Amino acid sequence: MQVRFRVKRFNPERDRAPHWEEYDVPMEPTDRVLDGLHHVKWYIDGTLALRRSCAHGVCGSDAMLINGRNQLACKLLMKAVGRKVTVEPLRGMRVIKDLVVDMEPFFEKYRSILPYLINDDPPPDRERLQSPEDRARYDDTTKCILCAACTTSCPIYWADAEYVGPAAIVNAHRFIFDSRDQGAAQRAEVLAERSGVFRCKTTFNCTDACPRGIEVTRAIQEVKQALLLKRA
Amino acid sequence: MTEHAFDAVIVGAGGAGLRAAIELAGLKVAVISKLYPTRSHTGAAQGGIAAPLGNMEEDNWEWYLFDTVKGGDYLVDQDAAEVMCRESVEIVYELEHWGLPFDRTPDGLISQRRFGGHTRNFGEGPVRRACHSADRTGHMILQTLYQQCIKHDITFFNEYQVLDLLIEDGVCAGVVAYHIDSGELHTFHARAVLLAVGGFGRIYKITSNAHALTGEAVAAAWRGGLPLMDMEFFQFHPTGIYRLGVLLSEAARGEGAVFVNDKGERFMERYSPTLKDLAPRDICSRCIYQEVREGRGIGGKDYVHLDFRHLGAEVLDKKLPDITEFVRVYQGLDPVKDLVPIQPTAHYAMGGIPTNIDAQVITDGRNTPLPGLYAAGECACVSVHGANRLGTNSLMDILIFGRRAGRHIARYMQRGERGPVRANHNPDSDVNERIGRVMARSAGESVARIRDGLQQTMTDKVGVFRTETGLRDAQAELRTLKERYARIKIDDHGRRFNTDLLEALELGALLDLADATIASCLHRTESRGGHYREDFPKRDDANWLKHTLIYRQEEGNHTFQHRPVVVTRFQPKERTY
Repeated sequence: MQVRFRVKRFNPERDRAPHWEEYDVPMEPTDRVLDGLHHVKWYIDGTLALRRSCAHGVCGSDAMLINGRNQLACKLLMKAVGRKVTVEPLRGMRVIKDLVVDMEPFFEKYRSILPYLINDDPPPDRERLQSPEDRARYDDTTKCILCAACTTSCPIYWADAEYVGPAAIVNAHRFIFDSRDQGAAQRAEVLAERSGVFRCKTTFNCTDACPRGIEVTRAIQEVKQALLLKRA
Repeated sequence: MTEHAFDAVIVGAGGAGLRAAIELAGLKVAVISKLYPTRSHTGAAQGGIAAPLGNMEEDNWEWYLFDTVKGGDYLVDQDAAEVMCRESVEIVYELEHWGLPFDRTPDGLISQRRFGGHTRNFGEGPVRRACHSADRTGHMILQTLYQQCIKHDITFFNEYQVLDLLIEDGVCAGVVAYHIDSGELHTFHARAVLLAVGGFGRIYKITSNAHALTGEAVAAAWRGGLPLMDMEFFQFHPTGIYRLGVLLSEAARGEGAVFVNDKGERFMERYSPTLKDLAPRDICSRCIYQEVREGRGIGGKDYVHLDFRHLGAEVLDKKLPDITEFVRVYQGLDPVKDLVPIQPTAHYAMGGIPTNIDAQVITDGRNTPLPGLYAAGECACVSVHGANRLGTNSLMDILIFGRRAGRHIARYMQRGERGPVRANHNPDSDVNERIGRVMARSAGESVARIRDGLQQTMTDKVGVFRTETGLRDAQAELRTLKERYARIKIDDHGRRFNTDLLEALELGALLDLADATIASCLHRTESRGGHYREDFPKRDDANWLKHTLIYRQEEGNHTFQHRPVVVTRFQPKERTY
């Protein structure tokens, strides 16, 4: 089938403003959107810039706005999008070139919530014990691949770049609900700030956007509740 | 050109690089990655990491060592493998202490599962040795290591592509990297450099490897006069998604999935009566193609089925959720009720930059180290995998030898035998010239078309079965591709995020590494592990119980040296399962 790709292009070395370009690409229904973008880059216009690596939805490089929704280009097949595909960079981020955005502020927010196990007890000679039930408590949020699809789909984040954003909160959840972690108080300081978790207005865009199927909004609500319980 | 000075520079931010960085947290250390660290391909590892914890049944490191040696068809250096197997338990506990979310037994211990080639009591039957976190164990390892790097405030240079090594007077003194965002070259002066850049599976068309796995630093080492070892041994993982190559974990078979052919037969029972579908990967991949050759591929085609149907929805959902999703998304099938088409996929380079057990790069068959240069993980060849790596052992390899690299570098720094070496006289001039040549041309050959030709040739002629005729054809084809590569042109002549240029430079590395692979395949006239020569179908210990070192001479020529295999506990025996 012939697919019309409409891609938002911007090269700051050349362009004053972003513009659209269109490409016709021969594709199979089982091809990925990423295959189409590769076809453009490899056989039509090598100047197209995008990030990608694993090409099967686990490295988180190729989140972009496809037909109006944040998705991984490598995890979306043509049969699900049809013969017209519109591709834009993630919203709310500075565009470096074409589909490549500046990820530094996103990772800065991730780092701000202390994303590592905090436990000052001397570890035992073997593994710490954790029951399957305790392990299951935070399973959902361990799946995060830091692709930024959730954070850049959030209207609160679009309006206020200071907001720590869904992805950082998901990763805070991963530790707050881990029975081995003792860092809840330190993380609460960050998350209770004006730019923290209470900015969330439960729009659910983040949950819809997550390519890993994480119930992001629910995780955010659980973090809010944990902070409120602590305060009370 | 921007210049930096560090005690140590680590190239690559996968498991080996990050584990080394944590060890060096007290020093002035930088990690340079062509990606963001969490994009590294360690994160795509699925099924588990082996360690004889004995949480589910009796196990010990000697059984693990035996399996690793036999799995590698006795080409494993047993001193290196012994280090890995002995330290494996402790390194898994270390990950757990750092917060890695392993799955748990009802008693709260780390849960373990069966995996190909891992056995109890020297081959009696499968053993539960692979510690896992569903089928996303690599993701958890990568995340946990990156989290520890954040805790230790490690310095990262993300999206810098290392293109050259600075070797001065027989000492490594740093690297030259291309800053992808600005197009600027950066020289990193360092007293120690660790290459932890992963594999180069993108020499093949059907591969489980990420697009980023193109081996620039490995090719740079080879161009710089260093040897590559055992390049003829490339692993084809038996269960790639048909035509796509995306990996479906061996954990599938660890949990009970089986291969079936067109007649619905569980054919592995014929080839491997003891381990059946849990035979090592090289054997399973050959058996699949044997079935295909004898007309029992599905519908007479070049694939077979993986059958998960008897496992039930709950096992798939709880223990194999990611690969279940891959099958649903990419094949439109439901493994709960559908048979899944699979074919072998190029997965892992057993060969690479030769090192000793402290991850120091060695330069010859007499184990002479190159001061200041280290390598660990898939890009290295230490050699714990020999002629065929066992499943899970890549994750153990990166952690053990990443840590040992870090520890040796720390000792090397303490000795302080010399001040910081500074590579002089325009360290970036070679890279500048290479980039300039590509950028200057306005008409010429397409990078993508040459790469397509390379990948097709490698998959057709340098795959599971090899013959002299096929390898000679591949060599001739490669020569043509290299001639065309000398005339490449690219569309993007800008500075910012020029991935057109990067892909052109990556292709140069892929062509060099394919060259080394093909020549090494021709050189070894026996069959062992992942290297199967139809014209020499037997293992030949009398002549070939040795490692191959290939050196690059001027264009198109190679010389070889050999290194003896270190045999300590286990004498080579016939390898049956």
